[in-house]
Amino acid sequence: MNGGCLIELRGVSRWYGNVVAVNDITMTIGPGITGLLGPNGAGKTTLLNLMAGFLAPSRGELTVAGEPSWRNPRSFTVLGLVPERDSVYAFLTGADFVASTARLHRLPDPGAAAQRAIEIVDMAAAQDRRIATYSKGMRQRIKVAAALVHDPRVLLLDEPFNGMDPRQRLEMMDLLERMAGQGRTILFSSHILEEVERMSGTIQVIVGGRLAASGDFRAIRRLMTSRPHVFLVRTSADRALGAALIGRPAVTGVELTQRGLSVRTCDFGAFSRELAALCRDGGIRLHEVLPSDESLESVFSYLVTT
Amino acid sequence: MLNPVMLRITLRATLGRKRALVFLLVPLVLLLITVTLKLVAVSPVWPAEFLGAFGFSVVLPLTALIIGTSVLGAEIDDGSIVHLLATPVSRTAVVLSKFAAAVALTIMFGALPEFVAAGIARGFGGKLALGLLAGALVASVAYNALFVMLSVLTTRAIAAGLLYLLVWEGLLGNLVGGVRVLSIGQYSVSVANAIAKASALNAHLTLTTAIGMGLVVTVATLAVAARRLAAFSVKGEAV
Repeated sequence: MNGGCLIELRGVSRWYGNVVAVNDITMTIGPGITGLLGPNGAGKTTLLNLMAGFLAPSRGELTVAGEPSWRNPRSFTVLGLVPERDSVYAFLTGADFVASTARLHRLPDPGAAAQRAIEIVDMAAAQDRRIATYSKGMRQRIKVAAALVHDPRVLLLDEPFNGMDPRQRLEMMDLLERMAGQGRTILFSSHILEEVERMSGTIQVIVGGRLAASGDFRAIRRLMTSRPHVFLVRTSADRALGAALIGRPAVTGVELTQRGLSVRTCDFGAFSRELAALCRDGGIRLHEVLPSDESLESVFSYLVTT
Repeated sequence: MLNPVMLRITLRATLGRKRALVFLLVPLVLLLITVTLKLVAVSPVWPAEFLGAFGFSVVLPLTALIIGTSVLGAEIDDGSIVHLLATPVSRTAVVLSKFAAAVALTIMFGALPEFVAAGIARGFGGKLALGLLAGALVASVAYNALFVMLSVLTTRAIAAGLLYLLVWEGLLGNLVGGVRVLSIGQYSVSVANAIAKASALNAHLTLTTAIGMGLVVTVATLAVAARRLAAFSVKGEAV
């Protein structure tokens, strides 16, 4: 594959008037699966559009497989794009849509290529229905089929898990992992860390238009589980439970408040197991357990500062 | 340069919806009035007067405006254009295919009804019917080139197109002689007049000027459209 499927960014910035959407990003994305993570508005979509050639970099250099993608439709012989927006030709059937895309790519046997792509995303059963009748997950998959039909070496997906149920999400991840296993470069964006917890590969974290962190999924996952969590716990005996909890190594702080116990933990997994055990052993009735600092921004800012 | 897949999808998108019935409405009105006038009209030149004024100043430009601004503009608005553009098809081919679809649809819903109306009024083999058909074909081509360009340049293509039709062609075209050289309406009636020889058509250009300028406008506007589409940018997540 030697560079034939690399996405390379060197000092890429993109601004709209005074607003900087992407700020001086340098990175190289190679074969395998890469997650582009960050809160909403962080610049993920802008970055993907820059890579797909649907935006010109305001500054810096961006190449896909060695060629700039801006003003270069030929880059789509190498590149496939699954846009976030759901607007597809709803009046076409799934099979028509994918086969039309195959013809736009001037593939030698568009029908066969379409069938192959439709089978990859497991949409053969619904391929003769109009896209208008599809569920969100099915639309997502038919969009992936269209993006795959020319067997691209680089596939960009903008929020592919949006609106999918957990089973569809797992299937989509398996699909992406399989394609990455074939030596393709797969880059997807997501604003929900939990969505990508099961994946292997690398991630690039974008916050406020800047590349905030990059690295191995497992390292990030460890950071995520060991980051301080704060829970609000309401029980039939707050004080007794609080006393028991503070004796546990996973718990780093307990506070009695008007609304219940505020518990700080550094090990989410151990805490959740021990909380249940303590309540059962002490005969304490658990009314409510609420995470109280789960906003994406707090998670991402934690990742960024560590 | 034309892409048959794009042509087919565009025709299907337009004709496969209920909206296509709306396109039938205007030609129907045109034919109804023609039949009525044929029965009651006293003026001997009514066909050229009516089909020149109503046909060339209302039916053709408005049909072209609605079709020309939507063949590409609707997809740019809802974002589905990305699926077409995420392929190696040249942007010139995209513009030309969309333009060809718009011309075909405008001929169907504007130019042919105009020909049929002239045929009902003066006979289908007559000079009037042939002249109006030729003029209407010129209008279908040149107007759509302009309106396809507007739809690539601005999201308010219909408003821009209406301004052009009402203010430039309608108002200034009647007040300032020089404007007529840059008026698609004049190109089409002048071509019609070259065959039909009817002063009621209100044509002011020679055939050479009309065809020459019509070509220049068509090629220039399509070239601008292709250039702009090549630099098509997705609207960013507005911060």
